[in-house]
Amino acid sequence: MSTVAAAGYPRAWRKPPFFRNRTLKWALVAGAVVYLLLALASVEVNWARLSEGAGRAARLFSGFLTPDFVSRWGDIWQGLIESLTMTVTSTVAGILLSVPIALGAARNLAPWWLYGICRGIIALARVFQEIIIAIFFVAMVGFGPFAGFLTLSLSTIGFLAKLLADDIEEADPSQVEAVRATGASWWQTVDYAIASQVMPRLIGLSAYRFDINFRESAVVGIVGAGGIGATLNTALDRYEFDSAAAILLIIIGIVMLCEYGSGLIRKRIQ
Amino acid sequence: MAVLTDASGAPRGWRLRTGKDSLWRWFGWFVLVALTVFCWRVMTQDTIWMFVQDAPTQAADIFGRMVPPRWDYANRLWWPLWDTINIATLGTIIALFLAVPLAFLAARNTTPSVMFVRPVALFIIVASRSINALIWGLLLVAVLGPGVLAGIIAIALRAIGFIGKLLYEAIEEIDERQVEAIRATGASGAQVIAYGIVPQILPALATIAVFRWDINIRESTVLGLVGAGGLGLALEASLNTLAWPQVTVILLMILATVLLSEWVTAKVRRAII
Amino acid sequence: MLRIEGLVKKYRTGDAALRGVDLEVGKGEVIGLIGPSGAGKSTLIRCVNRLVEPSGGRIFLGDEELTAMSGGALRRARRRIGMIFQEYALVERLTVMENVLSGRLGYVGFWASYFRRFPPEDVERAFATLDRVGLIDHVDKRADALSGGQRQRVGIARALVQSPELLLIDEPTASLDPKTSRQVMRLLLELCQERGLAAIVNIHDVMLAQMFLPRIVGLRAGEVVYDGPADGLTPEVLTRIYGEEDWSKTGPQEDAEDRHPATPMPRVDEIAAEAP
Repeated sequence: MSTVAAAGYPRAWRKPPFFRNRTLKWALVAGAVVYLLLALASVEVNWARLSEGAGRAARLFSGFLTPDFVSRWGDIWQGLIESLTMTVTSTVAGILLSVPIALGAARNLAPWWLYGICRGIIALARVFQEIIIAIFFVAMVGFGPFAGFLTLSLSTIGFLAKLLADDIEEADPSQVEAVRATGASWWQTVDYAIASQVMPRLIGLSAYRFDINFRESAVVGIVGAGGIGATLNTALDRYEFDSAAAILLIIIGIVMLCEYGSGLIRKRIQ
Repeated sequence: MAVLTDASGAPRGWRLRTGKDSLWRWFGWFVLVALTVFCWRVMTQDTIWMFVQDAPTQAADIFGRMVPPRWDYANRLWWPLWDTINIATLGTIIALFLAVPLAFLAARNTTPSVMFVRPVALFIIVASRSINALIWGLLLVAVLGPGVLAGIIAIALRAIGFIGKLLYEAIEEIDERQVEAIRATGASGAQVIAYGIVPQILPALATIAVFRWDINIRESTVLGLVGAGGLGLALEASLNTLAWPQVTVILLMILATVLLSEWVTAKVRRAII
Repeated sequence: MLRIEGLVKKYRTGDAALRGVDLEVGKGEVIGLIGPSGAGKSTLIRCVNRLVEPSGGRIFLGDEELTAMSGGALRRARRRIGMIFQEYALVERLTVMENVLSGRLGYVGFWASYFRRFPPEDVERAFATLDRVGLIDHVDKRADALSGGQRQRVGIARALVQSPELLLIDEPTASLDPKTSRQVMRLLLELCQERGLAAIVNIHDVMLAQMFLPRIVGLRAGEVVYDGPADGLTPEVLTRIYGEEDWSKTGPQEDAEDRHPATPMPRVDEIAAEAP
């Protein structure tokens, strides 16, 4: 049934707005404008410092075009080794510890008290930024890559165990039931019904996490937890921009390799 | 009729993998274990195990100094908190303006040149992603000096890679038939993007942006450790003076901020879907 | 008014989708295009408005040579050709009205279309067309909220609103149930008669084609093997077109009415893995 006048059709049309409530829409727009004005005003730009900075930025840029791998090679190599070894060991340790914690944090597998504890551990590991955790570990075990290892292992657990536990909770219950119905023990059920569903994701996520851990290993060095971050910090303190550029290019290169590798791994397990 | 005995007449067994396959897998595991042990030894060659054994005592000591928290210190944190939120928000906005065109240049189906433009766009995205916001912060403080500006640019530089990568993947997954239909009406290139592509990627873009803002809040809280403004500056100052009760208050404020941003993110995501 | 001469389409892999097709469609003439899968029917109609680039041959729309155009001239020529797609190809997240008005994109500038400021004549035409196809009560609904048959009619309205001279219709009934298929075919025929439109209808259901379309062109392996009236489709002719396949089984496919193309959305673990 037509709802338009018989005389003709409307000649004007407007798209129905996204915000049905007009006052809400204008309130949000006004709020956003006010916020932006206040925020931009609070950013103090020291123009004198900025023009000095332009000179330094130019030196940094030229540093990228002629990166210096040679003069500080000893320090760079040392930092790189620390970062790489830290990445490998913490990723492995993180995976090994994540699996039992994830099993304990899955509502369909664990008793309620274990579920609480494991979810608590996961939340704790995720709540603070890695660098804050690194500061504490350095205070506890001293400077050096061991503190970085502990930091990255903890944050790996926070990352992997949570995603794994969520995955396990979403595993197809009919498969679990079927295996359990054969009389299998708890461990066998996990092995046959759950592991096969969850394993491909675990491998893929571990490859991803390796990449992230390498990037983080470059960061924790700033607070003394070892790795190439410390070398970078020193180079920048000395305004040795061409060495700094070399370090950054190495980081980018290794991250690209990690990404390529994890892409290959994910393709092979799909 | 299934074969139940093998060539020599013995009963045929079942194994998940053939002999050769198994051998490769064992070799692979061996290499992995060996590599890990090697890395462990190299990494810990300078570790002073006495310190490590001392860790529990140290931990107890630190936590003892951290309580009771110095609550009145919170009053000096409101301005740094405001700075932190601005660093995250303004940084995300700047990143969005740059990452959206970049994603269009990097997606196989919208790039003007697969041979030249796309690899450059992809490289920019990888370079941005490879370097954490804190490292960008380090760089920018060395160039621009300490302050909120360095923080905003640092956050933006890292976010460009995050947003760009996820967005270009979304662009590559659109339904091309909708685009084809718009092209068939005689629409110009810009109209094809506006009517055919943008409506399809808008939900993904909103989700990505809001996720990144959430992560940026976390990152912004610690950027001050390298001098780039916000709560991190207070943290740095308190750590340098070993004022542990203040550190506790800062950490609690960081915790509250992160929880708040997660709540906001969840609300916005529900509104998008 | 449409003249196709020696149309050839070869892919880089060496496959030849079209091997020299000659076809003429008069003003207001509606023809059906039948043939087995892979015969090149879809490729043929996509070559006409150059959504697919021909490898050789020429196509004339009236006096203009479509195959010689590019850029603005091609876009203006496309305005004269309305295309209706097998899976509707509506922009799912836009409303019915926006989808119909998008047929006028070739006539309005970018900023006008961006702000949805179409000329009053266009809006009036859109409403009139929606009323004609029976969807005037759904103007502001999102396209993905409609059923398959309704979405197909929005697609038809979009093509009509262009005020075209020629319609290219690609398997309009492939995703519809038998009853809706007949309704859509009837609607298309009526519309073409009312507006004096020529049309090429790519259709796989031979019985439906014979029921509605006066002239049929049979395509096989990229070549025209039959071009004549619908009642000329004897069993021998059909065997020539479809080969030894049982052409009596070319009936409507399963009802896939409410299939929606999925909106791209980054998966949560991709996002989680990206952090920090």
